[in-house]
Amino acid sequence: MNSAPIDSKDKILYALENQDTTVTFDDPLENEMVLNMGPQHPATHGVLRLLVRLDGETIVSTVPDLGYLHRGYEKLAENMSYHEFIPHTDRLDYLSPLANNVAYVLAVEKLAGIEVTPRAQYIRVICCELARLASHLVWIGTMAMDVGAVTVLLWGFREREKIQDIWDLLTGVRFTTSFTRVGGLAQDISPETISAIKTFLEQFPASLDECENVLIKNRIFIDRCEGIGYLSKEDTIDYGVTGPLLRAAGVDHDLRRDQPYLVYDQLEFDVPVYYDCDVLSRFYVRIAEMRESYRILRQALDRLPSGLINTGNPKRILPKKERTYGKMEELIHDFMLVNFGINPPIGEVYQAIEASKGELGFYLVSHGEGYPWRLKIRSPSFVNLQALPPMLKGGMISDVVAVIGSVDPVMGEADK
Amino acid sequence: MKDSIVQKITAQFPSSIVSVNEYRGELTILVKKQDIAKICSMLKGDNDLCFDSMRDLCGADYHRPDERFEVIYNLYSLKNHFRLRLKVRVEEQDLHVPTVTGVWKTANWHERETYDMFGILFDGHPDMRRIYMPEQFEHFPLRKDFPLMGIPGSLSLPHK
Amino acid sequence: MELERSGDSFLTSKVDEIIGWARKNSLWPMPMGISCCAIEMMSFAGPRYDVSRFGSEAFRFSPRQSDLMIVAGTVTYKMSHVVRKIYDQMPDPKWVIAMGACTSSGGMYRSYSVVQGIDQFIPVDVYVAGCPPRPDNLLKGLMEIQKKIARGEKPGQSEKIYIQESVAR
Repeated sequence: MNSAPIDSKDKILYALENQDTTVTFDDPLENEMVLNMGPQHPATHGVLRLLVRLDGETIVSTVPDLGYLHRGYEKLAENMSYHEFIPHTDRLDYLSPLANNVAYVLAVEKLAGIEVTPRAQYIRVICCELARLASHLVWIGTMAMDVGAVTVLLWGFREREKIQDIWDLLTGVRFTTSFTRVGGLAQDISPETISAIKTFLEQFPASLDECENVLIKNRIFIDRCEGIGYLSKEDTIDYGVTGPLLRAAGVDHDLRRDQPYLVYDQLEFDVPVYYDCDVLSRFYVRIAEMRESYRILRQALDRLPSGLINTGNPKRILPKKERTYGKMEELIHDFMLVNFGINPPIGEVYQAIEASKGELGFYLVSHGEGYPWRLKIRSPSFVNLQALPPMLKGGMISDVVAVIGSVDPVMGEADK
Repeated sequence: MKDSIVQKITAQFPSSIVSVNEYRGELTILVKKQDIAKICSMLKGDNDLCFDSMRDLCGADYHRPDERFEVIYNLYSLKNHFRLRLKVRVEEQDLHVPTVTGVWKTANWHERETYDMFGILFDGHPDMRRIYMPEQFEHFPLRKDFPLMGIPGSLSLPHK
Repeated sequence: MELERSGDSFLTSKVDEIIGWARKNSLWPMPMGISCCAIEMMSFAGPRYDVSRFGSEAFRFSPRQSDLMIVAGTVTYKMSHVVRKIYDQMPDPKWVIAMGACTSSGGMYRSYSVVQGIDQFIPVDVYVAGCPPRPDNLLKGLMEIQKKIARGEKPGQSEKIYIQESVAR
């Protein structure tokens, strides 16, 4: 690699060598090795590079190296209007694109002070929970495959294909949906879609039980996961870790219940909490979360109110496309909104939702123009990855894969 | 809750608060940059307030002639379910801010990202190096005078 | 493939065609899965859009054992050195599919850190458009590479193919 800089190798190795190594072993060989689990690796869930310092098979210290997927989102957001950024939010946590759309649009609506109709809020709840199910299905597949059980990957993808068919009916796209708009949604949910979701929900608990029973009654899986990747409760809170990892450490925290957004305060659901702080309890937390999402989806479908999707405030919300071709006012408003943007008042806002990986937050600063002055994405994978070195310290090299699977990072949002 | 926070900070650090602002139900306090680490450790250690979790640390470039940059701290209290925002202003000639890594360990990577994107140095940080851009990259991308398409020649490609 | 029946139990053909037939039906891809397109590539290998019926079941993550590299995801300047290194490690003849808009031309990211098209440092044979492309379109891209192998073309120097229209539904 003749274009590799000398400086970067020295600085990273310097950081690796200078970490606190209070772990000592009576190893007669006394040889330490630096192993590079490079950006291209079957099991690092994307382009994550880990430099691991090994003493035999025991890990002495770890340094993660990010930035291989840094696409410049925050700089891009300063150069485009609020609406134009919605397709970019799909590609952040690309396993659950609808949840990112909802989070961004909630932040913009909070900044601009726009109210949303109840029907749109219920449909957004349905979108968020379907996204959470899709993300956890990929998680169970890849984590089981990394540990050794390849069957569960194919079963997980079979269920995920059914959810992608639902997204196809609902939004028109299989994968990167860009479904929400500021002030509402792109289009209404049709009765065909509702019956497709109900059909999916009827057979989902049986499939989930099937996937789970293959794993939790398996001696090998439990031995590979129990007691691995331990991080104490105080450290978990101190490192800012959120999501299923925080709930597996015994902290009862869920943004859907503590700082409710959309209509979560009207829906009944439990928050699963386990106390062992290791890989196996994170597994149990995510399986229980999938069951709670199933409950929330059932309630939201039963209580879906009728009404409009958008409130129709013409100065802020894009009008329907068919009307812009015939009516003069809609054409003018469409032109102004697309070219000059929404123009929220001067101020700043921080809005967070409970995404499938943790707390996904958007910090927006507006100077009164159509473009945001500053957009910061608080991505859960970035913060969760920071807690990876203390989890791995003192463990064996073959546990790295199981621990990364339990942290479930997505590099699209960790690198922004 | 909001009044008690302002009262406690004013009681212990009388001259630190520059302004208090409230917008859409969120409280923002602008403080002087020398006292930020002490204020943060007071907020974390206090039994009633208990801001034990820092959710976000970022920078912003306001492109003003004086005090060009800002560093924003988004805090959350797990006990009271309450959010708070602290801000400090940084001048272009003196890009040093005391680090809060001693208070919350999560500040480590956030401060590295702020240094990578803006060039703001944090005094006392254990590992101040770039996190997203390659090490030999010389510019700071999120500043307003850096073009969106980048500066040609600043990043290298392999040969075909 | 031209076969002639001559007598009982004999088929005659050209050696190149038999080798081309064997090569094209056992293309082992090396998935360079970087971001969102990698998930569509996983469903392309999954139960519904099954790629093992084309002979490409073995997704070898080691470049030394593969002959097709599917670059799926945005390639940044920092990652381009890694992609080039892996491409150099593959044995000849090696084919490259550029999957998605980001690898074909930089996609929706016109920014300081994204390479605007991987053909700036790697020779590409088939470009599959889409963000992300449907797995059906990627299967069509794979079939175009199979046709190229059957015709006996050399990788990197043959005419570039662009898959654009939607194949599905």
